[in-house]
Amino acid sequence: MITMKEQRNENNKNDLTGLLIDEESDRNIRARLWYIWRLLWRDKSGLIGLIVFLVIIFSAIFAPMLAPHDPLKIDLHASRQPPIWTEAGNPEHILGTDNLGRDLFSRIIYGSRVSIMVGFLGVSIAFSLGMMIGLFAGFKGGRTDNLIMTVTNMILALPYLVFVVFIAAVLGRSLLNVVLIFGLTNIPIFVRVTRGEVLRLREEGYIEAAISIGQKTPAIIFKHIMPNLIGPLITLATFEMSAMIFYEAGLGFLGLSVPPTVPSWGNMLAEGRQFLTVFPWMSIYPGLAIVITGFSMNLFGDWLRDVLDPRMRRMKK
Amino acid sequence: MKPLLSVRNLSTRFDTFDGSVYAVNDVSFDLKAGETLAVVGESGSGKSVTMLSLLGLLPRSTWVTGSAIFAPEGFELDLLSVSKAELNSLRGNKISIIFQDALRSLNPVMTVGEQITESLITHHQYNKNGAHKRAVELLEMVGIAQPDKRYYAYPHMFSGGMRQRAMIAIAISCTPDILIADEPTTALDVTIQAQIVELTRRLQQDLGIAVIWITHDLGVVAGLADRVMVMYGGTGVEIAPVDLLYENPGHPYTAGLLGAIPSIAGSSADRLVSIEGAPPDLFQEPRHCQFAWRCRYVFDRCWKEKPPGYIISPGQVVKCFYDGREKTPRVEE
Repeated sequence: MITMKEQRNENNKNDLTGLLIDEESDRNIRARLWYIWRLLWRDKSGLIGLIVFLVIIFSAIFAPMLAPHDPLKIDLHASRQPPIWTEAGNPEHILGTDNLGRDLFSRIIYGSRVSIMVGFLGVSIAFSLGMMIGLFAGFKGGRTDNLIMTVTNMILALPYLVFVVFIAAVLGRSLLNVVLIFGLTNIPIFVRVTRGEVLRLREEGYIEAAISIGQKTPAIIFKHIMPNLIGPLITLATFEMSAMIFYEAGLGFLGLSVPPTVPSWGNMLAEGRQFLTVFPWMSIYPGLAIVITGFSMNLFGDWLRDVLDPRMRRMKK
Repeated sequence: MKPLLSVRNLSTRFDTFDGSVYAVNDVSFDLKAGETLAVVGESGSGKSVTMLSLLGLLPRSTWVTGSAIFAPEGFELDLLSVSKAELNSLRGNKISIIFQDALRSLNPVMTVGEQITESLITHHQYNKNGAHKRAVELLEMVGIAQPDKRYYAYPHMFSGGMRQRAMIAIAISCTPDILIADEPTTALDVTIQAQIVELTRRLQQDLGIAVIWITHDLGVVAGLADRVMVMYGGTGVEIAPVDLLYENPGHPYTAGLLGAIPSIAGSSADRLVSIEGAPPDLFQEPRHCQFAWRCRYVFDRCWKEKPPGYIISPGQVVKCFYDGREKTPRVEE
């Protein structure tokens, strides 16, 4: 019976030699988690990205418990208070208050809900529909493919932000609308990447080999094409998610995202804009939240791209 | 005895933007159960296309004519006219193929073991555990050390030779009647090449598989094959037992090929003989002997009609009008 510690030492020893690692251990879940942890530990930027990202998700889920104040509560006596570490800081409000005396820290925590929701749901819609359409186009080929790609390229040719602003202005302000706008407008990117990968993968020797051992088309799609697609698509998804969070804030700033009653980072930026020179903290902290979120997701996405390619797994130092 | 595979007048034509490519023209050959047939010829002579035609692995805009009667014990059918589903059930099960580039033929995101179980599960209705056990056995059979651990390795962790061994394991997993090896050793170095040849020969003897070995290396052929088919310009110009071919080549092209092999015993003063000219243009539908442009013995008749197969000695069939002595037409037998 070997203890966990010995097992770990064994793993590390194998790792140092750079030789083939005992792949059997991959089968049990604990070893697998340990393995992922080692991969993260080796790439510190990926680790930091993941941790920050998890903190943001955590705060979005448990916002009511974490926020010290009601984000909507107006208190005109306590308006425009600077952050706690300045001389005039109020210990009640860590990051200060806005024009109407609402607690900035609480609003930022609640604001993460909108950003994460738009990012996750938007990417889920774009990912799933885009992958299906791309697979269909790539496999069907011929006229169907031509038609789908023409439409896709036409949508991609439209200036993205103008397009999004137009739809947002037409549909009106609600969270559902924002999610749908970002989900649907990002489909073409996923279609293009999926189709390109499918066309490349179809010509691969192992697809021919799979046909030559009598595999049927559905089996080839699910066992050989899809697993090879997941890597590039997941990576694209993380980058698209951070882009969506940026664009959502942009829409909010323009007053086209969620209604002004909902605390969101974009709305906060818009509200703070007129006080930028006198009370800069009203804009700085929501801005920082946006930047940190986007940055952490890009770091994590980079790490994910490396890890999802099995050829990279053993080679990274 | 009835041949296991009997190919008659196989022709394959690709339709491209630039016109039709006549890749395979009128190829006929037999394959007996358990024997090794080597197919030799230069690049573009139609070796691979012939085999891919038999398995229906060519793209859609391809025309294949002729017949290929596949008759293992129990049933008999024409590979060129069966349905797609039937062909699917034969591929990997009764007839397998291994390709030249083993790395390209293995899926980088699946473990080697999983890829071996694939055809087992598809054709034999093995359950997952059974397939796993069998895959480990197969890895051991093809000479991979620590097969139970290598089962979980990804293709990029294997060396070139190991990859080709893994491909062989996949190919023989269902104990097929025919194994088509499409230049499996071309990408490997000489020592590994010898090992793969040896492995194939051993497996063939143990399992009684008939092997079609495609190569352009006559050195490999000599040690491996029972019979040889020489291809030129999409046609099988000569088929002969391996000893006869080396002793008494019946076709000028075969003779030319044999003359172009360097010998370690020859003196440095002997220059290698090369065959003048270039391979034929396959965009033209062949109406005469394809070798006529480069043949030293060419005469009128060669430009007028396609030579049929002449039997010049037991088991040796040659498609050539020239009989080796002078420019007189050979008597048909």
